[in-house]
Amino acid sequence: MTRSYKDIPITPISDTPSTMNLTGFWRVMKPSVDKSKCRKCTLCWKFCPDVAISLVDGVPVIDFRYCKGCGICSVECPAKCIVMVREGSE
Amino acid sequence: MRTVMTGNYASAYGAKLSRAEVIAAYPITPQTSIVEKLAEFVTTGELRAKFIPVESEHSAMAACIAAQTAGARTYTATSSHGLTLMHEVLMWASGARLPIVMTNVSRAMAPPWSVWVDHMDSVAQRDTGWLQFFCASNQEVLDTIIMAYKVCESSGVMLPAMIIEDAFILSHTTEPVDVPDQQLVDSFLPAYSPEFKIEVGKPRGFGSLVKPDQYMEFRYKAMLAVKEAHDRLLRVEQEFRNIFGREHGGLLEEYRCEDAEVVLVAAGTVASTAKDVVDSMREKGNRVGLARIRAFRPFPHDELRALGNKVDGVAVLDRSYTFGPAGAMFTEVKASMGSCKNPPPMKNYIAGLGGRDITPKVLEKIFEDLLVRCKRSEESEVEWVDVAGLPRRWH
Repeated sequence: MTRSYKDIPITPISDTPSTMNLTGFWRVMKPSVDKSKCRKCTLCWKFCPDVAISLVDGVPVIDFRYCKGCGICSVECPAKCIVMVREGSE
Repeated sequence: MRTVMTGNYASAYGAKLSRAEVIAAYPITPQTSIVEKLAEFVTTGELRAKFIPVESEHSAMAACIAAQTAGARTYTATSSHGLTLMHEVLMWASGARLPIVMTNVSRAMAPPWSVWVDHMDSVAQRDTGWLQFFCASNQEVLDTIIMAYKVCESSGVMLPAMIIEDAFILSHTTEPVDVPDQQLVDSFLPAYSPEFKIEVGKPRGFGSLVKPDQYMEFRYKAMLAVKEAHDRLLRVEQEFRNIFGREHGGLLEEYRCEDAEVVLVAAGTVASTAKDVVDSMREKGNRVGLARIRAFRPFPHDELRALGNKVDGVAVLDRSYTFGPAGAMFTEVKASMGSCKNPPPMKNYIAGLGGRDITPKVLEKIFEDLLVRCKRSEESEVEWVDVAGLPRRWH
């Protein structure tokens, strides 16, 4: 909803953190993790530009509220345990 | 305290008296002695401020933006290529509505390499959302810095300002300057207390993304703020006069314009020369006047319209060229006077680029043109003054 110029501050200042923006809906391709092949190297966790990967016992868990499906984790994974699949195909 | 000092020292004293809390600057000819003097003030403890030496003008402005966002009053100074390097962050400072005050020692742009006065650097920043004040004396430099903080920090304005000194003509020339008492300045200019700033324990995002459905409303507000700065400057200068006993002419300083038949419009130090020329031509019975553009932003639109309604001819002197139909000041003055009932004939003179002297003789010829030739419609609208190879002799 566009607010009147009278009802906005003089410059945009947000009181809410950027985590309010759920960017997961941008996704076309989706990372799919085969946990049995994971070597716990944590490269996917280090490379994820959206900090959408957390580690549980060294194995990646993807937060799909934020994952945009960029595929960097899949490219970086030396064990090839992360593959990109079309959203909705699983 | 009445003393003699250069325009650059007048800038440094203006920032000191305004109690700038953070100064970030990079030296460049002919601005360097402003930065040196302020560094000395900070080192000796005469000014309690954080002095940040930076690696570029872009960084200087970025540091001022950060410090001002944190609630500090900031100051910087630059010139020519330093100013144009700042261009991107100048937009940020005004969009973020940070009342930073900066001196720009106006100097020609290269190539050809030059360190002398012209207004190209300043005029090229006219659309950044900064207020721009062209000065004609060292006293005006000092006073305008103090006034600028007051104008810029007022809640309806919250915009940055550029105080413009002509290179060498003001920056390195000593003149008598009255340095007001600190207590008087303190009574005129209270401490900076913004409505919003970065605060520990209250995390917020500054300069956030705004989608197309909301962007225009922010720009509209910035436009209103520039309009507000027009009236605010007049009020602040009146208050300044009451305390310090002097003023510098509002947005458009009119000199002997009351009964003038023709007027010259100019900005910067050439306007002081023009006052002498007006006097000598008046002695010979010519009804001429001078209108000095002191504020280029906010633009003195109403003042120029009122003037255009009562004169028979107007010359606009531009000390820069913008490669459009004419000089920038001319096109804007013409836009304002174009809405007069009977717009006066107007002519643009491009003069004094790269520090070339604009002598009284040149100004006399411009006035003579106005009185005689400017009314002939076959005249070219734009004339370059004193260019070797052109047929007209100016000296």
